[in-house]
Amino acid sequence: MRGTFAGTAAVAGIGATEFSKDSGRSELRLACEAVLAALADAGLTPADVDGLVTFTAETNSEIHVARNTGMGELTFFSRVGYGGGAGCGTVQQAAMAVATGVADVVVCYRAFNERSGERYGLGQAARPMDTTADRAAYAWTTPFGLSTPAQWVAMFARRYLHEYGATTDDFGRVAVVDRKHAANNPAAWFHGRPITLQDHRDSRWIAEPLRLLDCCQETDGGQALVIVSAERARDLPHPPAVIRSAAQGLGADQHMMTSYYRPTITGIPEMGLVGRQLYGQSGLGPDDIDAAVLYDHFTPLVLPQLEELGFCAPGEAKDFIADGHLELGGRLPFNTHGGQLGEAYLHGMNGIAEAVRLVRGTSVNQPDTADHVLVTAGTGVPTSGLILGADR
Amino acid sequence: MSGHDERPRPGYEERLQGFTGRELRPLTRAQDPVNQPMIRHWTEAMGDTNPVYTDAAAARATGRTGVVAPASMVQAWTMRGYAATVAPPSPSAPGGFDALVALLDEGGYTSVVATDSAFTFLRELETGDHVAVRETVESVSAEKRTALGTGRFVTTLKTYTDRHGATVATQRWRTLRFRPAPAAPPDAAPAPRPRPAVNRDNAFFFEGAERRRLLIQRCTGCQTLRHPPGPCCPGCNSLEWDTVEASGEGRVYSFVVSHHPRHPAFTSPYLVAVVELAEGTRLVTNLTGVAPDDVTIGMPVVLDWLTADPDPTLPVFRPAPTEAP
Repeated sequence: MRGTFAGTAAVAGIGATEFSKDSGRSELRLACEAVLAALADAGLTPADVDGLVTFTAETNSEIHVARNTGMGELTFFSRVGYGGGAGCGTVQQAAMAVATGVADVVVCYRAFNERSGERYGLGQAARPMDTTADRAAYAWTTPFGLSTPAQWVAMFARRYLHEYGATTDDFGRVAVVDRKHAANNPAAWFHGRPITLQDHRDSRWIAEPLRLLDCCQETDGGQALVIVSAERARDLPHPPAVIRSAAQGLGADQHMMTSYYRPTITGIPEMGLVGRQLYGQSGLGPDDIDAAVLYDHFTPLVLPQLEELGFCAPGEAKDFIADGHLELGGRLPFNTHGGQLGEAYLHGMNGIAEAVRLVRGTSVNQPDTADHVLVTAGTGVPTSGLILGADR
Repeated sequence: MSGHDERPRPGYEERLQGFTGRELRPLTRAQDPVNQPMIRHWTEAMGDTNPVYTDAAAARATGRTGVVAPASMVQAWTMRGYAATVAPPSPSAPGGFDALVALLDEGGYTSVVATDSAFTFLRELETGDHVAVRETVESVSAEKRTALGTGRFVTTLKTYTDRHGATVATQRWRTLRFRPAPAAPPDAAPAPRPRPAVNRDNAFFFEGAERRRLLIQRCTGCQTLRHPPGPCCPGCNSLEWDTVEASGEGRVYSFVVSHHPRHPAFTSPYLVAVVELAEGTRLVTNLTGVAPDDVTIGMPVVLDWLTADPDPTLPVFRPAPTEAP
């Protein structure tokens, strides 16, 4: 199959700042100005935008541009590497997103103080690093000793416990299921080493309310996936794991792991955004999902994922888990490979591989039915998700 | 600074590695043969009541020809005895052991701690056996950093033999020879906190903090307050802004008690909180003057300034004083 987007997308607006040798303002402000100018030229507003594409070399991350210009939620964000080689590639990414319906309005941008700030032409000469928007964002946390992912997640976790009357045992039950499944998995680091809830209670504090056994492993390893058309996959050795839907989500007022400034911080709105797209694209709903691989860098954020994805109501994940629904034979067998606590921490890519095994029927913890498997990516950050399905 | 020059001397490593395989202690015969009284003293001290060590009939009932010595006693037979430990150093030429210790001292590895000892036993010793021991160097490790200090693991092999020269046991003996880590002087300044990365968009906040003013960014287009600040208003897209000074009152919105990883600027466990200011914006900060167990979400707090680390000054919060009745 050869899909095409030729002729389906167009450039509707252009905008720029003045071009100078010393802008006198931050790179982020330049990006905002250029984006706003392009939108004005197109007769659109930031609220119309649902996609951003830029260079991997760009210092102004999508979260900063979106938050400052008031774009709200984004369903598509992508970056292209290799310096100046990225330019037209950003437009290709945007065109593919628009042609496939993943986004309606995509802005491509690039902004820097390349003359008054970091000059590429100086080569490898010693020079001070410019303070980018990403680096400046850490100024709000690291001077206060809040600088690790566990600490960042602990802030959400404490508020979640407070608002929903949950306890750290509710986090521990997630770890116990992960390790139970890992115990059966010869590829898992914790193969043959299940834990009990008491083990979790006895493990040391890392960042209260997170204990050691709430935290994923650190792993050396690699994981890759090959994607072809479903038609071609049918001629290859394994049964296809058909991509029923795939979505990205960047929430309103999104920060990196520290979105503490939203009206509430007990949910993961960007995961809700992903879930709505996954169900919308596939025509499936939570009741159609047979198993899930949910991102588990830290156990506390598994609970709001279950809520955002519609498997239970807000605040009820603790009961859903305590009732055994994440176990084999439960409503939603979860992290059958052992998750990132039990198998390995490969930034979630090993979880996608497990979803493929579930659809193939080859998981070491294979549930009776796994026709539709939902997979999520990292939480606390702009994120993504998939529904993989059997070819029937 | 330590007075010791820690630069490697030319040839030092070669001289040290030259000890590999070298004899530290020549074959040295035990002062006494294996005998019942010493076995009895040992088993009494150890609380070992196994009769094969003291009762010949019981030993024979297990297939032995008579009483045997506890295996782990092998080292005891060859100890040099009390008199030698209190005698003045021998004026004779230093043996291999003294030479190695002198070389380690030269490298600054002046402290020692035993780390592990692994025995292999080939046969049981019976009364009348007479043990001898010889010790050779198996390896001297590269320099390692340990919690005690930087040092080298020295592994030696002690071979225990009987009067016929047959090996009865071996002992792999490892010590760490190290430079003691200097104790921090009590008045040493704590490590500085991580510095905020300051740029055009957030400099006003940290400059205000230097003057002990907690500033909140305000859009001059729509008057909305925002924190963390940014160059553009998400509500009205104005690029113009000024600041207002916060009242310094707020409530704990959430908090973390951090234990790990330890950072030299912070005394673990320490408190990090998100505080919601009376003005409505939230910020990440530290809580002071309160124990972790006494913090609750919603508790009122007031602004304080952290000066322990002179640059930068940071806003922190402490529990609000309770009103007098």
